[in-house]
Amino acid sequence: MAKSFILGAKGEKPRSDLRVKYTPSKKTLSISVKSTVNTLFGKAIKQQAEDICRDLQVHTGTIEIEDFGALPFVIAARLEASIKQAHPDLQLESIPPIKDFCMYASSRDRFRRSRLYLPGNQSKLMLNAGIHKPDGIILDLEDSVSPAEKEDTRYIVRNALRTLDFYGAERMVRINQGELGLKDLEFIVPHNIHLILIPKVESAEEIKIIDKRILEISKECGRKKPVFLMPIIESGRGVLKALEIAESSKNIVALAIGLEDYTADLGVPRTAGGKESFFARSMIVNTARAAGVQAIDTVYSDVGNEIGLRESVREAKSLGFDGKGCIHPRQIKPMHEEFAPNELEVEKAKKIVAAFKEAESKGLGVVSLGSKMIDPPVVKRALHTVKLAKMTER
Amino acid sequence: MNKLIKNSAGRLIPTIVNGVKQTPFQGVGKYKPRGNKAEQPIRSCSDFPSDGNKIVKSLEIALKKCGLKDGMTVSSHHHFRNGDLVMNQVFDIAAKQKVKGLRWFPSAAFPCHKPVIDHMKNGVFDWVEGSLNGPIGDYASHGNMNGTAVLRSHGGRWQAVQDGEVHIDIAVIAAPTADAFGNATGDRGPSACGLLGFGLVDSIYADKVIVVTDNLVPFPCIPWQIQGQNVDYVVVLDKVGEPEKIVSGTTKLTKSPDRLYIAELTAKFVQAAGIIKDGFSFQAGAGGTALAFAIFLKEMMKEAGVKARFIRGGSTKYLVEMLEEGLTDFILDGQTFDLEGVRSMRENFGHVNTSPFTSYNWHGKGNFASMLDAVVLGATEVDINFNANVVTHSDGKMLHGIGGWQNCLFSKCTILPIPAFRNRIPVIVDKVTTLVGPGELIDVIVTERGIAINPLRKDLIKATKDSGLPIRKIEEIKAEIDELIGGPPEKPKVTDDIIGIVKWVDGTVLDSILKIKEQ
Repeated sequence: MAKSFILGAKGEKPRSDLRVKYTPSKKTLSISVKSTVNTLFGKAIKQQAEDICRDLQVHTGTIEIEDFGALPFVIAARLEASIKQAHPDLQLESIPPIKDFCMYASSRDRFRRSRLYLPGNQSKLMLNAGIHKPDGIILDLEDSVSPAEKEDTRYIVRNALRTLDFYGAERMVRINQGELGLKDLEFIVPHNIHLILIPKVESAEEIKIIDKRILEISKECGRKKPVFLMPIIESGRGVLKALEIAESSKNIVALAIGLEDYTADLGVPRTAGGKESFFARSMIVNTARAAGVQAIDTVYSDVGNEIGLRESVREAKSLGFDGKGCIHPRQIKPMHEEFAPNELEVEKAKKIVAAFKEAESKGLGVVSLGSKMIDPPVVKRALHTVKLAKMTER
Repeated sequence: MNKLIKNSAGRLIPTIVNGVKQTPFQGVGKYKPRGNKAEQPIRSCSDFPSDGNKIVKSLEIALKKCGLKDGMTVSSHHHFRNGDLVMNQVFDIAAKQKVKGLRWFPSAAFPCHKPVIDHMKNGVFDWVEGSLNGPIGDYASHGNMNGTAVLRSHGGRWQAVQDGEVHIDIAVIAAPTADAFGNATGDRGPSACGLLGFGLVDSIYADKVIVVTDNLVPFPCIPWQIQGQNVDYVVVLDKVGEPEKIVSGTTKLTKSPDRLYIAELTAKFVQAAGIIKDGFSFQAGAGGTALAFAIFLKEMMKEAGVKARFIRGGSTKYLVEMLEEGLTDFILDGQTFDLEGVRSMRENFGHVNTSPFTSYNWHGKGNFASMLDAVVLGATEVDINFNANVVTHSDGKMLHGIGGWQNCLFSKCTILPIPAFRNRIPVIVDKVTTLVGPGELIDVIVTERGIAINPLRKDLIKATKDSGLPIRKIEEIKAEIDELIGGPPEKPKVTDDIIGIVKWVDGTVLDSILKIKEQ
């Protein structure tokens, strides 16, 4: 009997997704479509499937589509993935054109207070993610995607990067570890990705391999802009090697800690108080400052607990972190509010900035406020504070 | 074959529906019928028990005494929403008494009334005329009723009875508390559902009125919303309703981050437009987004130290909290959506029961709806001319009743917070599938992709110009969504069969709903 390749939406009543069943055979290609939006989009879905098959030069076999209101970029991804599963050596691609609004740039020092994790195979969560204005949106290929769906998900993430408007959020992807991660890069580097999160890093060597591969792919696809990197430290060894990791590439802009795996590595439960991870978090902040990159705290995963979230952000801020991870849009606003400097901080920072500007205009090398001399890092910090305060105002 | 004509909104409509001649829609506020309203038959009190005891042993006897016969119209209210236990008994009795060709005229039908479908199949009922929800809406959508669905607003139902367009032969009024004389209230008793306002017109205009209760109190039943002077018979049953089921899915607060965002944006718009000030008024219906809007608005009111004069309900616990925290003087309530609303109406002087007559009626000397400073409503579709639809979806299926929606459009600022698309289906379209609300009455659309203000509302445009809110042209939002979903969808293919008509609040026909070609 002919082998079928089935992938896509799980469960009884999925929304905004589809299932594809591709059965290769020698018979002329036949495509059937069932859809919950059949009246409105049945023909369009069939037409799109035919176009993709033509792009991929698939002329035989049977394709059965069961659609639940998926958007075109998801249909394209699922269909291409199922065909590629059957024909792993197929070199042809069917890539949607990249939208103009996907082409904005990022910068090294931009704010990274909140980064929203979205499972890479759940496209419906991505559609409106940008309207909640996180500093960064992460399409995750790693822990939130089961091994069986890893390949399939790459196509969705690639197409999402070319199709969806993230309204100015930094465009991020978390890749897998090792070989899988290197393959992931091919699906994201050419599509104006801003930053790649690298999980469970324990050595500089890992970063160098990834950085090199990114460079190769960039050359092939004509990408000029660098891809920023955010290694995530998630083990005892990683913590001890943090400085070497942070200094392993000029493209590293931030160092993050992941406490779920770290506490598992230590063999201790993760507590609300977080005493068990104090050393590691402090190490990350210290290392980040030493390497001149941002320090980013772990994810706060209790979505319903806003009070706990706010406490956790305040603590992260007091330790010196610049940002934190979130898994639900409703966490973004509290996060930004808590990372915002308080009135006292703003007032002090404004005075320092004013003194700095005055010294600058007078051509003085030394900044002083009253009788106190102000060191350059303090000025830099003050400028940062004033900018952050302005951002949160709006 | 029924002749179709084009009304002033450019919609094709039939001139005769269910044997009744229809007037085409002529424009908002244009149609003013002359003459007198429907009359009630003259009654003499000597025909009724002088001791005031109108109790009969069973619903069956009461219906028999009312002279239930072929072709009659039987009405009911929907204050129990999906927890009504009376009407299915009425249908069964009608079937047992072997009557045929009845019309059921509820203010709304719910999924719990599904058995009426069997009675339509076996000929006891010809059709249901009222807000159709759930399985009955679906049944009607497939053109299976032996009569055309006539969709009216709550205010329009009152108007239709007053105009004599619908004559009620027998009204069955389920009442959580009543006395033997027929005075009845909804705010107390084991099955308390709040008020009985939707049944008020039935009690006044029907030939025969039966009050059905499970909580008989000695005369007088105080307060009374239904007056015993209008009642023929009183029937006592073990249980008339399940109040816990008046809380329907549409009255749960949304958890969706996108809808919460839309709700917050709506509240910010109301604030930016200068509407939130001492003594203002608003109405926010059921539906997760509208409820969330009320909560955001409440925080803004608290921060600004502002108190409303009145809020129009559909009351929920969220509105009750506002009343109890002193953020409004009154709730003028048309229906209670949860048990906190019921409790508040019973206990709080400021929580007042109203009726479609006070709030929505076209033939009254004014009504409350047009006095509201802002109203927040839902929609299935809106077009680029701000026309809106609440009864069908883009695939042409008839699914929802109108409720008070049309009546509320007359507020000073009508806002529809809606997602720009649902599961690939765009909500902003070129032309609504069914016209239910004329665009000239719809002022603002709030979507997750931005806010569109009706160009007719230059005042609102000016007031919110520098608000920093994402105000955009409706065409622009539509274009963005069309690009995302892969172009505007195909239109559903329809047949010539008219399965329903949409009445405007003045009784004219605004649009018709055609049967979909099954694929």
